[in-house]
Amino acid sequence: MAVVELIKIENLSKAFGNKVILDNISLNVYQGENLVVFGQSGTGKSVLLKCIIGLLKPDSGNILIKGKSVVNISNKDLNEIRKNTGFLFQGAALYDSMTVRENLEFPLKRHSKISDDEAYEKVVNTLDLVSLKDAVDKMPSELSGGMKKRIGLARSIITDPEIMFYDEPTTGLDPISSKEISELILDLQKKLKMTSIIVTHDLNCAHIISDRNIFLKDGKIAYKGKIEELSKSDDKFLKNFFSNEIIH
Amino acid sequence: MELPKEIFKKYLSFNEKLYNFFVTITGLTIFNWEILKQIFIPPYEISEVKKHMNELGVKTFPIVSVTGFVIGLVIVMQSEPVFVRFGASDYLPGATAISIVRELAPVITALIFAGRVSSGIGAELGSMRVTEQIDAMEVSAINPFKYLVVTRVIATTMILPILTIYVIFLSIIGGFIALTISQGMNFEYYKNAVVTSVTFGDLIPSISKTFVFGYIVGIVGSYKGYIADGGTEGVGRASTTAVVLASLIILLFDTVLVKISLMIWPL
Ligand SMILES: Nc1ncnc2c1ncn2[C@@H]1O[C@H](COP(=O)(O)OP(=O)(O)OP(=O)(O)O)[C@@H](O)[C@H]1O
Ligand SMILES: [Mg+2]
Repeated sequence: MAVVELIKIENLSKAFGNKVILDNISLNVYQGENLVVFGQSGTGKSVLLKCIIGLLKPDSGNILIKGKSVVNISNKDLNEIRKNTGFLFQGAALYDSMTVRENLEFPLKRHSKISDDEAYEKVVNTLDLVSLKDAVDKMPSELSGGMKKRIGLARSIITDPEIMFYDEPTTGLDPISSKEISELILDLQKKLKMTSIIVTHDLNCAHIISDRNIFLKDGKIAYKGKIEELSKSDDKFLKNFFSNEIIH
Repeated sequence: MELPKEIFKKYLSFNEKLYNFFVTITGLTIFNWEILKQIFIPPYEISEVKKHMNELGVKTFPIVSVTGFVIGLVIVMQSEPVFVRFGASDYLPGATAISIVRELAPVITALIFAGRVSSGIGAELGSMRVTEQIDAMEVSAINPFKYLVVTRVIATTMILPILTIYVIFLSIIGGFIALTISQGMNFEYYKNAVVTSVTFGDLIPSISKTFVFGYIVGIVGSYKGYIADGGTEGVGRASTTAVVLASLIILLFDTVLVKISLMIWPL
């Protein structure tokens, strides 16, 4: 398969006030790959994802998704791109006035003509992927943090997006659910040929899903490579990072 | 939609209060412009508007009912001795009805509505903002401004006039009850006195201005919620500042609109 650059980030910089968060970052994401983003808390991983999807405007630089710049783009064109992407927020961001079912149906029904029965079937099937079929009629306030995360994940993949952004998909989950979710992400990549950027602190998850990894540090991409290579590196920072790892 | 924080930060950072004032005024103006632009573009989200109208109606009905009744009762109780002293008790039903219709009912209803509703909208949208629900809508290619703000503003604009008419009706009943208790007033007589003294020139401007008040409640609550930041504290701030700001703007517009309506329909 020819290598296609689905997302191209060119010299991206972003600051809040005079605090520089992202400093001249360039990065390509290739079609069909799972790219994992590491970095300590507060280094700008979430900010990076939000810049790519157009929620935050970069101060300089350009971001291209399938060859189209999302920095200088009309709302209409941006929405066309967004219909083909999914975004799992760090805090799940479930609509708290809607039931789980309505949360999942919301993106589904608005962008495609789909009958109520079909929509419901799709909702149940997607909830099954995250093992939460029973929660279909619950309100978000009745769910635990980990359940919210998984419902958020279900909501973001229900439209079968081409590109997925996961902001810490396994944080706050028990080890078994973490593994399940990691395998789900891998599955989506294999079966639906999804391209994903995954922000995570979870090394086990990264081991399962990652094709490539990058480390954000001081606003730059400090390291990149396959996880096996990075974990064997002699670099002090990486050694320290991977020394806390538990390998199964 | 670009909000003006950054623009003013440069020039007005020396005076925070002044800076905030200008940010709010410009922010509301931009918000207003955006609403007027988007209101005519489909999808119209009619079911959302209906849902909000329903909720607002249910939420404010009890407090507004009590208020309406009490306004009428109290204004008649207060005015009766005065009218008697001036030997004008015949004019009591008509005069109180006119003051209720022209000013008391619209403004008091609007202020209560602001207290109940703009704080509610501010808190609702504020918590959606800080928990990234608004961002989530945006990345699912749904226009959150249209879905959340425009629908709420339409709902408040439509529902306040209805509430005001209801309050006018109740206050006039309240007035009648006060008069029945104090002097055994005959209902036919009271009704005739009210109907003959209140004219369309009293009703039309007073109901018209409540559309404006409803719009103010909606836009101020939405604005404060939509721009909320700083976690739960920011949500609280959005909710309380919305009430204060909405009430002030309502009173300001009332003064202006009374002046205008007196020019169009002189007494
Ligand atoms: N809207 C904003 N306004 C101002 N500063 C912000 C904003 N969003 C993020 N920041 C700042 O940018 C920095 C990076 O934030 P970000 O959320 O991207 O961190 P992160 O790498 O995702 O961390 P974590 O692993 O804890 O989620 C933080 O210092 C944060 O304070
Ligand atoms: Mg983050």
